[in-house]
Amino acid sequence: MNSFFVRRYIIAGIFTTIILLLVAKLFYIQIIDDHYRLYATKNVLRPIKQYPARGPILDRNGKILVQNEAFYDIMVTPKEVKPFDTLEFCKLLGITKDEFDDRFQKAIKYSPSLPSIFEKQLSAETFASLQERLSEFTGFFPTTRYLRTYPDSTAAQFLGYIGEVTDRDIKRSNGRYQPGDYIGVSGVEKAYEDVLRGQVGVKYTVVNSHGKMMGSYENGAFDTVASPGERLKSSLDLRIQKLGEELMKGKVGSIVAIEPSTGEILAFVSSPTYDPNLLVGRERGNNAARMYKDPYSPLLIRPIQAYYPPGSSFKPLNALIALQEGLITPQTSYYCTGAYKGGLPRCDEPHGQSDLARAIAVSCNTYFASVFEKLMNVNGARNIDTTFVDWRKKVSRFSVGQRLGIDLPNEGKGFMPTAALYNKTFGVGHWRSNSILSLAIGQGELEITPLQMANIECTIANHGFYYTPHLIKAIGDTKITKAEYTQRNYVGIDGQYFEPVINGMQQVVESGTARSSQIPGIIMCGKTGTAQNPHGKNHSIFVAFAPRDNPKIAIAVVVENGGQGAWYAAPIASYIVEKYLTDTIKRPMDEFNRIKNANLMPDPTFYYSQIKKEAARDSIRKAKADSLRKLPAKKSVSTKSKKNNTLAYLTTEPGRRRNNE
Amino acid sequence: MNNPQRSLFFNVDWIAVIIYLCLCTIGWFNIHSAAFDPRYPSAFDMHTDYGKQLVFIIVAVSLAIIILLLESRFIVALAPAIYAITTLLLMAVLVVGRNVGGNQAWISLGGGFRLQPSELAKFSTCLLLARYLNGTNVKITELKSFLIAAGIILFPMALIMLQPDAGSTLVFSALILVLYREGLSPYFLILEGLFITLFVLTLKVDNHLYVIGPLVAIALIVMLLFKRNKKVVSTVFLGLCMCIAFIFCVNFLYNHILKPHQKARIDIVLGITTDLRGRGYNVNQSKIAIGSGKLWGQGYMHGTQTTYKFVPEQSTDFIFCTVGEEWGFAGAVTVLGLYLFLVLRIIRIAERQRSTFTRVYAYGVASVIFFHVVINVGMTIGIVPSIGIPLPFISYGGSSLVSFTLLLFVLIKLDSNRMGIIYA
Repeated sequence: MNSFFVRRYIIAGIFTTIILLLVAKLFYIQIIDDHYRLYATKNVLRPIKQYPARGPILDRNGKILVQNEAFYDIMVTPKEVKPFDTLEFCKLLGITKDEFDDRFQKAIKYSPSLPSIFEKQLSAETFASLQERLSEFTGFFPTTRYLRTYPDSTAAQFLGYIGEVTDRDIKRSNGRYQPGDYIGVSGVEKAYEDVLRGQVGVKYTVVNSHGKMMGSYENGAFDTVASPGERLKSSLDLRIQKLGEELMKGKVGSIVAIEPSTGEILAFVSSPTYDPNLLVGRERGNNAARMYKDPYSPLLIRPIQAYYPPGSSFKPLNALIALQEGLITPQTSYYCTGAYKGGLPRCDEPHGQSDLARAIAVSCNTYFASVFEKLMNVNGARNIDTTFVDWRKKVSRFSVGQRLGIDLPNEGKGFMPTAALYNKTFGVGHWRSNSILSLAIGQGELEITPLQMANIECTIANHGFYYTPHLIKAIGDTKITKAEYTQRNYVGIDGQYFEPVINGMQQVVESGTARSSQIPGIIMCGKTGTAQNPHGKNHSIFVAFAPRDNPKIAIAVVVENGGQGAWYAAPIASYIVEKYLTDTIKRPMDEFNRIKNANLMPDPTFYYSQIKKEAARDSIRKAKADSLRKLPAKKSVSTKSKKNNTLAYLTTEPGRRRNNE
Repeated sequence: MNNPQRSLFFNVDWIAVIIYLCLCTIGWFNIHSAAFDPRYPSAFDMHTDYGKQLVFIIVAVSLAIIILLLESRFIVALAPAIYAITTLLLMAVLVVGRNVGGNQAWISLGGGFRLQPSELAKFSTCLLLARYLNGTNVKITELKSFLIAAGIILFPMALIMLQPDAGSTLVFSALILVLYREGLSPYFLILEGLFITLFVLTLKVDNHLYVIGPLVAIALIVMLLFKRNKKVVSTVFLGLCMCIAFIFCVNFLYNHILKPHQKARIDIVLGITTDLRGRGYNVNQSKIAIGSGKLWGQGYMHGTQTTYKFVPEQSTDFIFCTVGEEWGFAGAVTVLGLYLFLVLRIIRIAERQRSTFTRVYAYGVASVIFFHVVINVGMTIGIVPSIGIPLPFISYGGSSLVSFTLLLFVLIKLDSNRMGIIYA
């Protein structure tokens, strides 16, 4: 009957073989292949970053410029939400029913079982009233986050701001940053990112297949603690910083004040400024977009990025070089008829016979044109190109046309013309001292930053050297002792030549162009400047240091379209010096208020036309909501147009001069 | 033997029963781990799958005892009736059935209970097949008998395919082993093996000419070698024609008949596509779970994949993941060993029968259980397309546990009567 009896073995063989095949495969994935354990671990472990508190930044007296404040996000896990009084909830949060529905749908769309942000960044006060009621609304819960806050809303451009890291930052950081992290984007926040950032900690959390947190892993044995960022003590003096911002309200320009004996920056005003609190929190994107569109470019760091012709404030420098060369003595005098050789440059009035000190005090163009001619023709009129190169080198030692190396990103160089430029403009061998005479009075092609102006005053105050200007005094409790900040940078002028120039500068304030800005009881040495520019009124410039002996502060003030240096820049500088040295302002407040309340903002239509051009060139960038992050640190429209203007100078003025010859 | 009460437990195959109880116990512990709900820490809580499974096990064991108390002839006599009732239920389910997960496979019985007729169909088909092949004039080698036997198998397959439940349908194909044991030409088995190989190759190789080409070459060589032997030449030629026809059929089936989700499952197993977040998610997570077990496993209730529910359907179709993850290679091999031991034991039982009925039925039981194990475990380790069929005795679920118990214990009952009179 059972002729197929042997087939039982075949069937048993098939069973056994197939089971062995399964075992073989199991052996492979369980014993040989190590990947699966890893995958399984990766599945359940979520490294949760513990963000450290970013370091606060203080002023030189320990007052807080920026710190962190707790804000509260209301999170929602849609699945866990139970029916509740929606209207009451909306009232507590201050939103409408429609907004509520909209956000709730969004949360569901993101994930029904994962928490997502429902309401962002409630302040501590708003949250306090909500907190006790929140437990009634199952599924909603708060999380804390820390945001930068600026108690005095001051020094925006100096402090800079932070923003989310870009792809490029992530790539360059070797894994230090991950998407969603914050990084300093400008100012001190960027320059001192490494110390402010702190150390990110990691907390390993176990999650289930829906990504829901199920508790810590191995009781936190592998977790690392976040260590907060260092506290930075900046060199800024909050008192004069705030005073400077107050005085510069309604004006475009800069104030830079430096302590000559250390190179520490005491004030760093860029005007128009903005409230740094605007670049934090819920409205950040909108505010940033608005600022980006603002014709007056509040985001521009004018003290280091705006270029101005120094005007007459440049005269002491030429005098110093001529003294060092032995071409003039303090007693050398020229006669001013009201214009140099009957042509250009002109003076406001005939100054008659002046020696060096008086020439500085009254800012005599004729005198300095004569000095400059002497400087340029020292090797004969035909060899002006080599002489010019030599002069240029000497000026450059004051860091004109060079970066000073301040500890802020995106510092501008300014512009110092080269012999090559003149060769190109006039043709090789076709230019003479008269062709470039504007340089005698700090006009023409020369453009420098307010920081460079202030630094020149430091050099004069120190009789021949400066310390690299810097912003930060101490990191944590350790004072900064970087070699480059304690090293004297000599400019190649012997100390003895400074006295006559300083005498002149003292006279500027006591009896010269800035005599209305005298500070009772303080000897301030300064120099006014009135920088011509083609679109509107002259820029008002004043540079100074005080007191004369053992100077404590060197300052440069630029007020765009402020007219003569004595009109706005000099009084502003004098108030700041007075405040810094005596902590009060004793002079009549009428004048103070006149300056403070003056509105010198230029006509925005000009700015708008520039903005339009810019927009046409790059409409995509403008369309970005949060364009702030992408704003390149470069010269503003206003300074750019000034640059164009210098070329206009080149083409028109020298020609006119030649006719005069 | 004269005393039926005494023979009831005397002749029972205790080895099979012990394996059965082992598998049920292993099943319960793994369901406990896979479905553990911290809100109901008690192992007997009726809110949880493990609580319910405990009830199912008790029900199943009671059923087993009842079966052992029945008369064997009663079972044999009822075979056609059971088959007829099953057929009716299979038809009814298409009309009144509840749709669960895309398959209309369940009939609701009220009170939260529901019946899956396709589970019952495995039992009744084995039973009727046994009854038919037990007939004195039936020889599977004859065309008529073969066609009737094939019809008994294919009819419920067709009905289940309409649900459509591809997994349960395929289970019936395992019964070809029964027919083979009863005398079916081995060519059918070879052909089936060949077809499976060709199926995989056809889908894996873009241009099926690359499959047909070598096939023709091999056939020609064989025909040249045996050119004297006309029988070999004609057989090979016939086989070749069938293979080529099959390849085109597979192509047509794959491209025009199969539903996208079925295609996707096949694609994933064959490595044509990898879609780890979508359709490939289950299998990938399942492989991760098993692979992370290493040799000794992560320990009972300590598998992270299991604890945090990364594998969907883990207490039912993917229960083997828990075994692999928490008990490791050792545990997985033990479970597979138990199954192999069980089916080999059933073959041994089959071959000691005097009656064809019990033998055929036994092979049916072995084939069905074996097919379930291979497909289920193969699916969890990604060598078989994911077809939702349970792991016998271990997977969570009353329907599956009860029907496998029925399948096995009817055999044990029939076997305990092997010395007695056969009533069929």
